[in-house]
Amino acid sequence: MTTKPLRLRELAKGEDRLTHGHRMCAGCGAPIIVKQVLMATDYPIIAANATGCLEVSTCISNFTAWKIPWMHSAFENAAATISGIEAMYKSLVKQGRIEDKQVKFIAFGGDGGTYDIGFQSLSGAMERGQDMMYICYDNGAYMNTGIQRSSATPFGADTTTCPAGDVIPGKLQNRKDLTRIMAAHGIPYVAQASPSHWMDLMKKVQKAFEIRGPKFMNVISPCNRGWRSRTDDAIKLSRLAVDTCYWPLYEVENGVTRITVKPKEKKPLVDFLKPQGRFKHMFTPENEWMLKQAQEYVDKQWDLLQKEAVFSGGEEKVEDKPEAAPAEEKTEVQ
Amino acid sequence: MSKSKGKKFWEKLPAGSVVLEAGSAVKFKTGTWRSMRPRWIEENCIQCMFCWMYCPDMSIKVTAEGKRGEFNYEYCKGCGICALECPGRKGVKAIVMEEEGK
Amino acid sequence: MGKIVAVTGNEAVAEALRQINPDVCAAYPITPATDLMQRFSGFISNGKVDTEMVLVESEHSAMSACIGAAAAGGRVATATSSQGLALMWEMLYIAAGDRLPIVMPLVNRALSAPLNIHGDHSDGMGARDTGWIQIYSENAQEAYDNTIQAFRIAEHLDIRLPAMVCMDGFIVSHSIERVEYIDDDKVKKFVGKFKTVNPLLDLDRPKSFGPLILTDLYHEYKRAQHEVMTKVAGVALDVAADFEKMTGRKYELFEKYRMNDAEIAIVVMSSAAGTTKDIIDEYRKKGVKVGLIKPRLFRPFPFKEMANALKKVKAVAVMDRADSFGGYGPLYYEICGAVMTLEKKPLMINKIFGLGGRDYLPDQAEYVIDELIKIAKSGKVKTVKEYIGVKE
Ligand SMILES: Cc1ncc(C[n+]2csc(CCOP(=O)(O)OP(=O)(O)O)c2C)c(N)n1
Ligand code: SF4
Ligand code: SF4
Ligand code: SF4
Ligand SMILES: [Mg+2]
Repeated sequence: MTTKPLRLRELAKGEDRLTHGHRMCAGCGAPIIVKQVLMATDYPIIAANATGCLEVSTCISNFTAWKIPWMHSAFENAAATISGIEAMYKSLVKQGRIEDKQVKFIAFGGDGGTYDIGFQSLSGAMERGQDMMYICYDNGAYMNTGIQRSSATPFGADTTTCPAGDVIPGKLQNRKDLTRIMAAHGIPYVAQASPSHWMDLMKKVQKAFEIRGPKFMNVISPCNRGWRSRTDDAIKLSRLAVDTCYWPLYEVENGVTRITVKPKEKKPLVDFLKPQGRFKHMFTPENEWMLKQAQEYVDKQWDLLQKEAVFSGGEEKVEDKPEAAPAEEKTEVQ
Repeated sequence: MSKSKGKKFWEKLPAGSVVLEAGSAVKFKTGTWRSMRPRWIEENCIQCMFCWMYCPDMSIKVTAEGKRGEFNYEYCKGCGICALECPGRKGVKAIVMEEEGK
Repeated sequence: MGKIVAVTGNEAVAEALRQINPDVCAAYPITPATDLMQRFSGFISNGKVDTEMVLVESEHSAMSACIGAAAAGGRVATATSSQGLALMWEMLYIAAGDRLPIVMPLVNRALSAPLNIHGDHSDGMGARDTGWIQIYSENAQEAYDNTIQAFRIAEHLDIRLPAMVCMDGFIVSHSIERVEYIDDDKVKKFVGKFKTVNPLLDLDRPKSFGPLILTDLYHEYKRAQHEVMTKVAGVALDVAADFEKMTGRKYELFEKYRMNDAEIAIVVMSSAAGTTKDIIDEYRKKGVKVGLIKPRLFRPFPFKEMANALKKVKAVAVMDRADSFGGYGPLYYEICGAVMTLEKKPLMINKIFGLGGRDYLPDQAEYVIDELIKIAKSGKVKTVKEYIGVKE
């Protein structure tokens, strides 16, 4: 199958494979991500979904927002569940009982369902070489159960299980760098993406679908509830996450790291932190050290990533916000 | 399958709670959640389609030619992402948020 | 007649799986079930089956993969024991709630702590409320036969529920016994082609599995699930009748041994029934009217039939190879539940035996029968629950 061109006007004529009528909060980032993922390709897709906001809000009683075959079974096992579905597909195709329609298999999981409780099942599926793509929508906490800390929660954040108090000012640990951990699995394709950079995200999905074997993509997913921000700033914040290098956009393809979008000018981290209530306490004089420490961590990680890109032989493609202009010509990819 | 008449309510439930109708969530109208209402000012619209791409609720209709159409108020939750992301014409927005029911 | 072989329980069940040729299996090693899936993997490596094997990183993932595969639409099997089943616990309910006909040989083993790899029923009994069909086997032949029948029962269009086929760890799984195999083509014909119900792989009719169900419907879904369970016994008997036609081997919901005129009875499951029968024969020679009931279908439990079988008995000893700490043994509760409906209820005692593979010896059976004789005579029960075979 040829990769479809990413022209907005052409894309807009397509059918939504996740429908309206879902019950995610107004302004949630997760459905934007799912919609972009499903839109990137015309291949048939079958998805598994870990328990969490996305799952409970898209399939309640006899209302499902999914137009693709979709399965939720539990919280920690989206990767194992999709493995079973994929195995059955392979078996029936091999036996000639169904036709091979080049179905693509996706597992969606939140950060809790991916970084934490579902990590073992994810790691296992990747090691087995299951032909699937795992997509984590990372909103940095267990949102569905009321904003508890996860290992994806960034340093400093105020959550319901690490509330910013007088003695402990929020989460004291840095977030686990899952994207790099997945890259360390040595699987053919790993990427980090953001819904603000839709074209970058969709290109990554397209690329992943042309690769056989396990793929992993980590996508930042603004949650105005948990981040205590405005309902209209999901895209703005995910863009700031990229521009501050808090959430660099890159891919690791067969061991070669490539930064896919390099901000023209790296913005200070506070631009990303300030609009979010979960970091409010860091802006008091006594917690100034936290801002400093958070910035230092981002700088260090960004530095490392750039070195790794050079070291691994990945060319650094400078492609600042390709969607900033509506020009259609340059948006076509092959 | 045997006749469903005379069956008890619970006997008619789909086995294993499988949802058989894809996309049935369209029957659930989330437009009632809205407290702010987006309004499209067509003359300021440059048809960039960013609003359509970023709407979490698939609530911006598309015409047959792939152009931006009206809002779908049956589902629009009024988050305001479209308005914030709208570049508009020469910096003048083509989407404004207004209080619902005003 | 099929081929007569000398094989272990695991070997026999692996052979049944080869003949059935599931579309997908998932496996994770645990003693004493390991050997079963190991043997089956050999069939895969040598092209004897079409099965796609998912070698997962845990039993939780094994059951999750089975659930995904079964929802996708095909025949699915896995096997486990003990801790492995315990780790699957969450997913067992989901397999049943989703109405997925997965078949799982369970090689019964004790649960930690302390760690012990030998046979008892703690694992299976811990899963009795999960909504799975449970069938217990006395020996390798029964394990083989029950595995073949389990696919028919689980996949029956009126049922569509997962089923566990249990055999005693080591005692059956690792002992070489005489087993009569059925010919491949006969097994294939008996089990039949897999029929899909709402397969996820049907791209033209996309379905969503596993919705969130709120208070308005959950209760009704469970009511419907209960209803399906009430149909299992009938289907199991139909399948057993077909099986008998094919093999001459008769299976019922439970086996009755010398129960016709029995005044006292022992209820015991799985391999321990064999030893008990021998002792019963000896007592019968002495004129003691003692019989035995060996439950086969434990879930759903055939309460009515069981009550009927025990209605003329004066005293019953229920032997549990598992304990419900702070309660009675799990089988005891079932038998109590069954006899509750009788006007004249037998006197009941509960013996806990053989935990963690402790040998069940003839003197234990004799001890129990002697006590039953006394109870029947005196009409009095001294101790309801007692551990037997304990070093004192
Ligand atoms: C085994 C298990 N433990 C805990 C839960 C409770 N639980 C359900 S969703 C959830 C949080 C999900 O967090 P995440 O994966 O980050 O997704 P989000 O809700 O943030 O989108 C938790 C803790 C569960 N369903 N299952
Ligand atoms: S709580 Fe956050 S992640 Fe969950 S639906 Fe609401 S905005 Fe989205
Ligand atoms: S306000 Fe939000 S939900 Fe409504 S159309 Fe705009 S982006 Fe979509
Ligand atoms: S974002 Fe604004 S300018 Fe672009 S299509 Fe939408 S309304 Fe028109
Ligand atoms: Mg989360």
